[in-house]
This record gives sequence, structure tokens and C-alpha cells, in this order.
Amino acid sequence: MTVVATPSIRGRSTPGAVKLRRVAALVRKETYQLFRDPSSIAIGLFMPAMLILLFGYALSLDVKNVPVAVVLEAPSPTATELAARFALSPYFETRLLTSMPRARQLLLAQKVDGIVRIRSDFDRRFSLGDGEVQVLVDGSDANRARIIQGYAQGAIAQFVAQRAAEGQQRAASGTAVLQSRLWFNEADDSHYFLVPGLIVLIMTLIGSLLTALVMAREWERGTLEALFVTPVRAGEIVLAKMIPYFALGMVGLVLCILAAEFLFKVPFRGSVPILIGVSMLYLIASLAIGLLISSVTKNQFVASMATLIITFLPAVFLSGFLFDIRSMPAAIRIITYILPARYYVTLLQTLFLAGNIWGIVLPDAAILAGIAGMLLALTRRVAKKRLV
Amino acid sequence: MFEAIARIFALVRKELSAILKDPQSRVSLFLPPVLQCLIFGYAATYDLNNAPYAVLDQDRSAASHDLLAAMDGSGVFHRVAQLSSIADIKTVIDEQHALLIVQIGQDFERRLASGLPANVQVIADGRNSNTGGTALGYVSTIVDNFNSNWAASHSEAPPPLRVTMRAWYNPNLETRWYMIPALIGTLTFLQTLLLTAMSVAREREQGTFDQLLVTPFRPPEIMIGKALPSVLIGLIQATLILLVAELWFRIPFAGAYGTLYVGLALFLTAAVGIGLMLSAVVATMQQAVLYAFVIIMPSTLLSGLATPLSNMPEVLQYVTLANPLRYAVDLARRVYLEGAGLSQLVPDLWPMAIIASVTLSAAAWLFRGGLE
Repeated sequence: MTVVATPSIRGRSTPGAVKLRRVAALVRKETYQLFRDPSSIAIGLFMPAMLILLFGYALSLDVKNVPVAVVLEAPSPTATELAARFALSPYFETRLLTSMPRARQLLLAQKVDGIVRIRSDFDRRFSLGDGEVQVLVDGSDANRARIIQGYAQGAIAQFVAQRAAEGQQRAASGTAVLQSRLWFNEADDSHYFLVPGLIVLIMTLIGSLLTALVMAREWERGTLEALFVTPVRAGEIVLAKMIPYFALGMVGLVLCILAAEFLFKVPFRGSVPILIGVSMLYLIASLAIGLLISSVTKNQFVASMATLIITFLPAVFLSGFLFDIRSMPAAIRIITYILPARYYVTLLQTLFLAGNIWGIVLPDAAILAGIAGMLLALTRRVAKKRLV
Repeated sequence: MFEAIARIFALVRKELSAILKDPQSRVSLFLPPVLQCLIFGYAATYDLNNAPYAVLDQDRSAASHDLLAAMDGSGVFHRVAQLSSIADIKTVIDEQHALLIVQIGQDFERRLASGLPANVQVIADGRNSNTGGTALGYVSTIVDNFNSNWAASHSEAPPPLRVTMRAWYNPNLETRWYMIPALIGTLTFLQTLLLTAMSVAREREQGTFDQLLVTPFRPPEIMIGKALPSVLIGLIQATLILLVAELWFRIPFAGAYGTLYVGLALFLTAAVGIGLMLSAVVATMQQAVLYAFVIIMPSTLLSGLATPLSNMPEVLQYVTLANPLRYAVDLARRVYLEGAGLSQLVPDLWPMAIIASVTLSAAAWLFRGGLE
């Protein structure tokens, strides 16, 4: 009994001091708990691996081989040539039809995503300078539809240019020619931004969800109160809870970086130490949010719901990982400014694809550090208040 | 038979009051779907508006002015900077001050006037290549329009080929129209699965499940008693989301409500079946939540919600066949946007029915195994 009491008295004589030995013991306990529960391993290791594979192989926003119906109402030479433009385009997989009703059926049954209609009087009207092509797309998926429209326009423009070059058509007046370039991702490969985005999701899952649940369970079962009668302090408990999950998060990060590099060949143009540094900041912020939520809710169901809404879903929808923040309405944009995920996504995309752009890295890392520090202080205070 | 129904009814009532009694969990059941639908309705869009762009106009002519005016008037872009040299381009893009740079060379108007091709260079930030690509698509449309206007006002010849574009089901091509109906399936999936898995796991963790077993309830009755409340709550959540979609976002509902609810009920039964199956194998609530996530994440990613199914490799497309959310997302979109009727939705309905019956019987089997 006295053996236990002595360090506690000594501990109290230096208030606020964190005792490494006690923290180490708690960390050991947490680590055992972590490894003993197969569900934590499922989230910590199995989930990152599965997400890496899904993101790498399943998700893609690239639009290729779009099935379209080309309706050629009369097989005249010019019309056939235009239809051939579509057949030759690498973006389309054409089905040549001769009547509109059949094409509509295919579109209704979602067998094709669009219809290109070339009317029977196309040749005659085209030679009179009044040619018309109808492009009908299934607009449900607006993003895809817009890209398909763009491809169709491109195929038609090529046809017109070729005719003009052949001198079949009066030379058009001067036209503005668009020369476009997509910096950082010339090949327009959507993995380049999906894979860095994946890191954010994994860090959020491990950082917030796992910790929120662990802490909420201790509250629910009253084991945290039991810890309180031991000499450990609130700050030490918080620290000890964070360390094992922090380590697990870093393992997830390394897995993701390796996969990005070797599996998906996403270029990495920044510096690795900076990447690891900002990832640590984000992980600390996520862990703190997880602990904070669980200290406030003290209930596993509510904690998991709250974590989902406060951290995970915003990381998907509001971080700029999939959807462009600049196009969101002002009220939503303001919300994104308080989300650590927003800064982390920007940092990741920049470090991976653009390099060490100090104008972005420095301010965003500073804000991330600020958020992490603030959340840590808050967590410690809330945990303390709830304990005492 | 009648007694069984009375017993189930009593159990359902007890479940519902247990779920709805706690104000915290009441809030966490009904507020999030509405909030998420609102926020994601605004945020989850691939459409661009007010995207910042910068201009490097070396021509400063009437023609270049017209083209830029068309950019500004599109509503898609708004000009944030006027650059004076090519050297500025790199910083503006690198530091994300602008998504797009439009550079017009100094002989732009002269070349147009002499019937020559005149280059407009556009550089887009490809860090999110989808956003960048979409922006380039918009610019290409603007330049096309500019060309036809130029041709109409500067030469006798009409444009050689007119292209008429039309989009079915979503005439203005708004991503929101595509996303929100799908959210009806996604958000309810998430919540009902978690709710079911946790409600049984909680009883097991607290030992009250064993008490249920010594009551005259038979295992199937207990299961129905656990499943029905979750389906009901899922349907209420779906209704809330539907209300937001129609009343707030004003997305026209093209189909029949009966059709949607039949499909949703089937889908939610499948989701609850998964939840029950899960709860039969886990030991604690924590495991229930974490495993639920292990199921929810891939189901969402493989549902066609954010990226099209047809882009997935064939092997994974087969995997998606076992994912109930895949059918619910498709069904909700088709009923909502296309007004599809039950007969057109058969390809979505029967797989959900199969998944529901498989998961429910598996859950029943697992429970019985645990009981004896």
C-alpha cells in the first residue's frame, strides 16, 4: 500500500509535472488493449489496406469508352464521315443505329450514355452551310454528362477542321484555338488526387473514430473513474491514450505513402520530412477531436455518430479532396476554415503534385499546428473537469 | 399467431422507446441526416461557380476584351488578377490564388481578323484534376461560343455546323440533382446499420440480451422486434432527407412516392439484416461500430455515389453486385430523376430482396448458434 502511496505523494508535490514512468505504464496498458481487440486492428491495419486497394483500383472519375449511340438516319458520304469521327474517338464506344426510337430505348435502359443524331438531310444542309448535329446525353450524372458533351464537341470540331482543311467547306473566319494544359497532372489521371485524399480519410478514421470509441467506452464502463483514484493525472491519461493511436496512425501513413509511390506511381514532388511533419500535426488534431468528443458525450453510440459528423464526413465532402471548396457557397466555405482536414488536403495535394510551395506549406502548416495545439489544451481541460 | 404479433408489437414499442428516450441519441438520429443533406447538397458538387481565374492579356484589343467578358459573364469564373508577365503565372497557380490562367497572345485580334487561327492558352491547376478538367471544359464552351459570335459578326458565312446539346433528366447538369437522391440511400444505410448493430451489441454487453431470452419470446420474434424499429427509423430519416431535397433544394421529384418507399423498405431490411448479422458475431459495442465501418466504407465507395460504377474494373463490378447500397443509390436516382416505375426497377429490387433474405436468415442462424 505504501509503495503505491509514495509516488502519488511525490507526484502531487510537483503539480502539473508529467511523470514519464506512469505514462509509460499507461501506454503499455493501452497498447495491450489495442492489440487484444481484433476490431481495432481491423480499423488500424485492415481498413487502410482495403481503402488503398479500393481507391487505387475502384475509384476513378476518368471518363473513357463512353457508350454512345450514333443515329445515322441516311448513310450519305458526309454524314458517314462524321459518324466515323465518333467511332474513331478513343473516348467513345459507338453503336451505329439508323433510327431514333431504338436509340431512345437504349438511353432509357442505360445501355448508352448519349445519342448523336445525324438527320437524313444532313449532307444537303451541311453543303448549304446549315448542318446540324444533335447531341443528347443522360444528364443524371452531371459531371460525366458535361465531360461527354465536351468530347462530342471535340469530335465534331475535328470533323469541321478536317473538312475546312480539305477545302470542302468555305474557309471559316479566324477562330480562337484553345490550347489547354493541366499543370501537375498532365496525363489527367484521377489517382493523382484520390490517393493523397485517401491518406486524409485513413488518418481521420484512426485518429478520431478509434480514439473516440475507446475513451467513450471507458466512460461508459466507469473504468476512467477507476483510473482517477490512481495517482495518474488527467494530462497523463490523455497523453497515454494518444501515444498508441498516434503510432497506429503513423503506420497507416507509411502504408499509404508506400502504396502511392510503388503501387500507383503517384509522383511525389515535395519533401518527405515535411509530409511526415504535417501528417503528425493532423494526426494530433484528429486524436484530440476524438478524445474531446468522447469526453463530452460519454456514450459510444453518440460518440461514433458525432465523430462521423464532425470529422469523417467533412473530411470527405468539405476538405476539397473531391469537391472544389472555391465553388461552395460562402456559408459552407466559412465552415471549411475551421476544419483541420481542409489544410491537410491542401498540403498533401501540394506536396505530392506541386512540390514544396512555401506560400502554401508555411501558412497551412502553421494553422494546422495552431488547431492541434488548441484542441490539445481543450482536451486536457475537458478531461480534467470531467474527472474531478 | 396473434400472440406472436402482440409480442412483437410489444418488443417494437420497447425498442422504439429505448432508442428515442435518450435526448442525445434522439438528436443524433434525426438531426444529422438533415444537416448532412443540407451541407453536402451545397458542398458535394463537381460544378464550378465563381472559380477564381487570372488573366494575362497581351493583346488588349476589342477581341480579347470580348472573350474575357464572356468568361466573366459565364457565372462560372470570376477574375481575381490581371497579370503583367509570363513569370507571374507560376506563383499564381502554385499558391492557388487562381484555378485557371487565361493567356491571350499579342496578335490575337490581328490573326482573327486575317482569318488565321489565334491561340488562347489556358493553364489549369491539376492538383485536383477533376476540378481542373471541368474548368477547361467550361472554357472550351466559352471559346466555342466566342467563335460563333465572332464568325456571325465578322463574316458572311454562318458557322458550318450547329451542335444542339440536350441533357435528359437533369437539364441544367447540376451535380446536386445527382447527389441528393443518392444521399437518401447512403445516409439511411449508415445510420440504420449502426443503430441495429449497436442496439443488439449493447444488450449483449450489458447482459440484458440474456434476460430477453428467458422471456417467452422466440428468437425470430426477437429478431423482428429488433429489425422493425430500425427500418421504421430509417424510413423517417429518408422522409426528412426527401423533404430537404424537395422543399429546400427544389429538386423536382419525377416518380411516385409509393415506388420509392417500397424500394427503400426493401433496402433498409437488407441493411438491418447486415446489422443484425454483425451484432451476432461481435462481443462489444466498440467492435460493432468498428466492424460496421469496415462494411460501410467500401459499400459507400462501391455504390456509385461519388464515382461511376462503370469506371471500376470488371472484377470489382462483380463485387458491387453484393452491395445493397449500389441498388438503393441507383433506385433512388431513377425514381427521383427519371420517374422510373416498379417494373423498370426490377433489376434493383430482386437483388436487394435476395440480400435481405440471406442476411436475415444468416443472422437468425448465428443467433440460434449463440443461444444454444
